[in-house]
Amino acid sequence: MSLPIHEVTTVETSTSQRLLEELPLEKLAWMLQRMCEIRYFEEKAEDLYVRGLVHGTMHLSIGMEAGSVGSISTLRPDDLIIHHHRGHGHTIAKGADLTTMFAEFLGKEAGYCRGRGGSMHIADIPGGNLGATGVVGGGIPTAVGIALALQMHRSSQILLSYFGDGASNEGEFHESLNMASIWKLPVVFICDNNQYGMSMHVSRSMNVEHISTRAASYNIPGITVDGNDILAVYEAVLAAGEFARSGQGPSLIDCLTYRWRGHSKSDRNLYRTPQEIEEWKHKCPIKRFKKVLTDASVMTLDEVEALDQAAKMAVDHAAEEALTFPEPSPLNMEDEVYAP
Amino acid sequence: MTTETTREITYLEAVREALVQEMRRDKEVFLLGEDIGAYGGAFGVSKGMLEEFGPERIRETPISEAGIAGAATGAALMGMRPVMEIMFMDFLTISMNQLVNQAAKMRFMFGGKCSIPMVIRAPSGSGTGAAAQHSQSLEAWFVNVPGIKVVAPSTPYDAKGLLISAIRDNNPVLFMEHKLLYRMKGPVPEESYSISLQSAEVKRQGRDLTIVAYSIMVPRALEAAEKLAAEGIEVEVVDPRCLKPLDTETIIRSVSKTGRVLIAHEAPVTGGFGGELAAVIAGSEAFDYLDAPIRRLAGRDVPIPYNRNLERAAVPQVEDIVAAARALAQEGK
Repeated sequence: MSLPIHEVTTVETSTSQRLLEELPLEKLAWMLQRMCEIRYFEEKAEDLYVRGLVHGTMHLSIGMEAGSVGSISTLRPDDLIIHHHRGHGHTIAKGADLTTMFAEFLGKEAGYCRGRGGSMHIADIPGGNLGATGVVGGGIPTAVGIALALQMHRSSQILLSYFGDGASNEGEFHESLNMASIWKLPVVFICDNNQYGMSMHVSRSMNVEHISTRAASYNIPGITVDGNDILAVYEAVLAAGEFARSGQGPSLIDCLTYRWRGHSKSDRNLYRTPQEIEEWKHKCPIKRFKKVLTDASVMTLDEVEALDQAAKMAVDHAAEEALTFPEPSPLNMEDEVYAP
Repeated sequence: MTTETTREITYLEAVREALVQEMRRDKEVFLLGEDIGAYGGAFGVSKGMLEEFGPERIRETPISEAGIAGAATGAALMGMRPVMEIMFMDFLTISMNQLVNQAAKMRFMFGGKCSIPMVIRAPSGSGTGAAAQHSQSLEAWFVNVPGIKVVAPSTPYDAKGLLISAIRDNNPVLFMEHKLLYRMKGPVPEESYSISLQSAEVKRQGRDLTIVAYSIMVPRALEAAEKLAAEGIEVEVVDPRCLKPLDTETIIRSVSKTGRVLIAHEAPVTGGFGGELAAVIAGSEAFDYLDAPIRRLAGRDVPIPYNRNLERAAVPQVEDIVAAARALAQEGK
């Protein structure tokens, strides 16, 4: 099997029809429901913040749900991910418990990181989510080590390493892709390209049109996909994952998408126009997937909305429950810094 | 500890022996770094190891210090025990994000649900004419980062036993190897042994004053102590061996006994680890026994210069320790 060194896929070349026929209904339903959960989780997170119930900041991926769900739905349950500060989507897609996530977001002892990490650092190590890194690009070198361990252990697991467009300008990105390439490591590098590194648009931060072309420097496959088309993401990551699992090495997937919200809570969107944001809202990946499913008569409108409502209820319930949890104790924090 | 198998080997050979023995014992232990294969590492520490362990476990990397540190961090997260070699400690500046923001933080930040058992081997210090970017002693940077341990052995015996402990430790451990110590010989048992990380050692007994020194400053302090003994000044030399976690008890006991303490290190004085040692002593029961102020003798606040005389003048030498200790022994009398 070979993958192209560089390719750009568009909506027109997406093979969604074939995938709709191939994928089991339960899988498609799972994908839609996870997307809805991510959307509702983040809307609820925003709501909690506005109500003054959240201590720290958060980075919302509203509008980017197809990338996290489309990629993670290609994985085996024992496969691994490592991701970044805008990581609620990856975490939910990897199967996180919503109540434990809200608990972490609210800084509770019952949270995934016992309230030590917060929104920016949710990890579920036993669940194969090896954590979110708050330093742009910081997870990429770590991903090389994780994949190296998989290779040295002769494991058939693979790793998905997520980062943003801004991270692809960090030195760590380039060191890591090179090392993963020379060692043929079982990792897929996925760029959640929402087009802005905080406020700087990719057209100003780099002189390549597609981040996937950077794969050519490391002689690995690179592909730019429509990151709002969940089936296009699925297909690209599935191929790259098989490539990695079969020992052929890493690839780079540039998942072109857009975040509707600001970078974080302090963002006043001074660097982009309301029109631009509105245009991308019309490209909503959830609405789009719902339409694909109903147009192809895979599901009825009622079935789609039932999944949507189930996601909303699960999120509401999780948030309410997490709010009742106790705070962690500040005693003996030093004892947790070092492993025995 | 001396056993039947004890023989004289160099500090460099002791480091290598620890690596070899641990790699034979545990297949999860592996080395990674630049030019550590056929070349044998910049200082020759891993010489011959490629032949025994092969390129997968003596893993040569591109010149990518952030990548090396990340590869070690990620592999450790997966339960392996990587030992990364950085060619010169100065180059750790390029690895800092992985070491400080990833390796040191992950356990705590993720709620104590993972551990990062890795060793960062770093040739440190001046005296080789390598100038400002290949001569630094950056221990204070790391001591100030919760989540990392810092070890700085001064003898071949300590180097072997502490490195074995560092490899078996379940946390990131910075292991400083002073370049001038690599060729120093000393008795080392052939068999494997470990030295607890949090264990200072009294390298020389004395009643008049204590010198707390680590790394290259230990042999210099011992040499100074010999000279001072001829003058009738009996110096006790305490080597913390591990800066974090620090065996404060041994240091405090010694200072309580002698009532005078000189702290010696090579790194620049301002913000150096000596300040921490001074604070530990001043805040302890040893304070009541002090007959003179706590004195620090450390590197001058300059980048390490190239010129031989300037380089020597930038960090404490034996004669500086003699002079400082002699003055301290008389202070307040």
